[in-house]
Amino acid sequence: MQNQSEILKTLADVKQVGTTVRIVDVLGDDAVALRLMEMGLTEDEEVELLGFAPLGDPIEFSVRGYRLSLRSSEAARVHIETI
Amino acid sequence: MANSVETSSSETNLTVAFIGNPNTGKSTLFNAISGGQARVGNFPGVTVEKKVGKCTFENRSVTLIDLPGTYSLSPRSADEMVSVDVLLGRQSDVATPQAVVCIVDSSNLERNLYLFSQVRDLNLPTVLVLNMWDLAQTRGVEIDPKALQERLGVPVITTSAHRKIGIDEVGKAVVAAIESEVKPPPKLFPAEFYEEIEKLSNWIVERGGEPVHFYLLERMLLDVRGASEESVGKQLTPDLKEYLGEARLRLASSGCRIPAVETKLRYNWIREQLDGVLTRTTSDQTASVSDKLDKILTHRFLGILFFAFLMFLVFQAIYSWSGPFMDMIENFQGFITGLVEGWMQPGMLRSLIVDGAIAGVGSVIIFLPQIIALFAFIAILEDCGYMARAAFLMDKLMTRVGLSGKSFLPLMSSFACAIPGVMATRVIENRRDRMVTMLVAPLMSCSARLPVYLLMIYTFIPASLFFGWLNLQGVVLFAMYSLGAVVAIPIAWILKKTFFKGETPPFVMELPPYKWPSPRIVFDRVYDRAKAFVLRAGSLIFSVTVLVWALSYFPSDHTELFEIETNIESITATSPAIELELETLAERHNQLSGQLIRASYLGQMGQAIEPVVKPLGWDWRIGIGALASFPAREVIIATMGTIFSLGGDVDEENPGLKSALMAAKWPDGSPLITIPVALSIMVFFALCAQCGATLMVIRRETNSWRWPIFTFTYMTILAYVAAFLTYQIGTLLAG
Repeated sequence: MQNQSEILKTLADVKQVGTTVRIVDVLGDDAVALRLMEMGLTEDEEVELLGFAPLGDPIEFSVRGYRLSLRSSEAARVHIETI
Repeated sequence: MANSVETSSSETNLTVAFIGNPNTGKSTLFNAISGGQARVGNFPGVTVEKKVGKCTFENRSVTLIDLPGTYSLSPRSADEMVSVDVLLGRQSDVATPQAVVCIVDSSNLERNLYLFSQVRDLNLPTVLVLNMWDLAQTRGVEIDPKALQERLGVPVITTSAHRKIGIDEVGKAVVAAIESEVKPPPKLFPAEFYEEIEKLSNWIVERGGEPVHFYLLERMLLDVRGASEESVGKQLTPDLKEYLGEARLRLASSGCRIPAVETKLRYNWIREQLDGVLTRTTSDQTASVSDKLDKILTHRFLGILFFAFLMFLVFQAIYSWSGPFMDMIENFQGFITGLVEGWMQPGMLRSLIVDGAIAGVGSVIIFLPQIIALFAFIAILEDCGYMARAAFLMDKLMTRVGLSGKSFLPLMSSFACAIPGVMATRVIENRRDRMVTMLVAPLMSCSARLPVYLLMIYTFIPASLFFGWLNLQGVVLFAMYSLGAVVAIPIAWILKKTFFKGETPPFVMELPPYKWPSPRIVFDRVYDRAKAFVLRAGSLIFSVTVLVWALSYFPSDHTELFEIETNIESITATSPAIELELETLAERHNQLSGQLIRASYLGQMGQAIEPVVKPLGWDWRIGIGALASFPAREVIIATMGTIFSLGGDVDEENPGLKSALMAAKWPDGSPLITIPVALSIMVFFALCAQCGATLMVIRRETNSWRWPIFTFTYMTILAYVAAFLTYQIGTLLAG
């Protein structure tokens, strides 16, 4: 398990604008995790990085045909795999 | 009360609930259907707005309930529980709805249908309204509503609420949905889940509990630390908590990991329903335009520059555009005053009407043009989608003071009025963030401060130009507007470090595509807020004005003053001798009215507090103006108008308050209001909590007297200290 979680990348690790990645999991059962999932960030869904706010945070993503803004701390809750 | 009249139609009276995601045009649709005549209040015991309207669907009278905009129906707090309670008829102050109308944004259907899929599980007659239909079409989103209706098993209609297109169909569809049989909701979860629901239901009944609605059982299992178990199991806890924990473990071992299972299954279902029903054409012109715009507007340098420019432009613009309208209102006021003075002999009643009523209300109404301009800007920025970008741009900055970009919108709205601003803090899920935002929101320069700024700036700040276009008056106005916001930064920071310590809350926000603002939506919002301002001006300000007039009129004897006035008005012919006589009379008049107001109750109070306000550069008249403005700061203009016109400082050629203020003097003959004094007055009004209504809203929102009292205290101290420093430093610099 330890090894696996080190290999896993999160949405916050994506730096190249225009990159599309696939969601593996959203961790936790708290308000943040639930809201992320309700907004459509669910397993196997593809997400594209659209850009960063002027100060580098929050980050703009495209998911399920709309634009979503997340802070990097929240993006780090979303585990992804590259396509 | 209305019910007793409609006894015959009570059987046909329907209750219908509206629900939808934020920014779907739900309120626009609600207003279009109910004719904008909604009653707005609060649900008891919580901080949720209750908006109820009336209308007729197919000759049946209908009560419409507008539920707060939400992304899901998974209540995590008592506030969020209200929507579920209303829909299930558990809210005692609202009749059980016979139908629910779920409003979705057609151009963002997939995400919006998440809420719909939960609403479907309520097993109520449901109508799905694909709103913003015109927008979806221009964005290249093609939906087949008939096919969607077939798949979902509920009536599906399309509307463009801001153009009033498709509005009548809503009523027809609701009645049709009620009259036809409700198809059972689709079973999205595996069999194990429904078995657990059955078990939970039995478990509760075995323990003497009332049978619980299917949807609540579902929520109890799916929402870890949710509000449903709290609401249902008041007598059963802590047993219930333990039972649910075990049930969730059983579900997890059979592959239903909570809470992820719900979102995954619902979104999978949505995708199945939309497959072949929704297509996106590739030639989406507006999307690419929106993308290009976004590249600039959220650019790390250009975006910030544009934002600052926009804010500055707003204030420069309302300043110059409103001038002609203000003149029109001022002329009209002069015309009415002239009429009254023509009809009536000088006396107490005329003094009340002219100096109390007309002067008071008039000098508030005169600022309506600026207020309309400001609200129009805010409404346009909101409707075109820029406001969400502003939150996106500002978030990092706001996190420095411990807030989020979501606090930006309530704070920005507070520039118009802190009351909707404080109420807008409801979008902030985190309680600590919400509290801090609410407590600093009254520091933002609301529209009621604008009259004070405008009066002082127009009267005392020279209109000199820098670089040929930058007006000094505009610069001072901008500085006053910025002051509250700048001061709010350390205040928010302190509050976050003391009363509201804790972790940083989530910032998950939708960035809608840009669109042209809808004139109807902008007009409705501007009209709403201007109306609210005028109504407040008409009732609260009127009563304070009359009170202040009475305090300044009594207990002195005005007989001699009225005699002089009658004399002055009876003289019509013009000759050098008569003009000389007029001058003598006028001088005596001014002198006398000065004595009278000094002897009045207000004058006595004012002189008593003069030592307190003198360090701010104020005399007792300004002090009284500020004191009388604590219930509502708009009153300052009316109060000063009353005090200064009764005080005999009125310039006969220009009976405006401006000239009265310019002519005002200290007893030693030096001018009363110099630039440092004007600045000190503005700074005081910028920072002081002179709004009873805002404090009442804070009380209602926090459900405690503690926070309005706290807000009042800190702001008043802050205002006094800042005004003191402004005057003292200003005098030093000027001296």
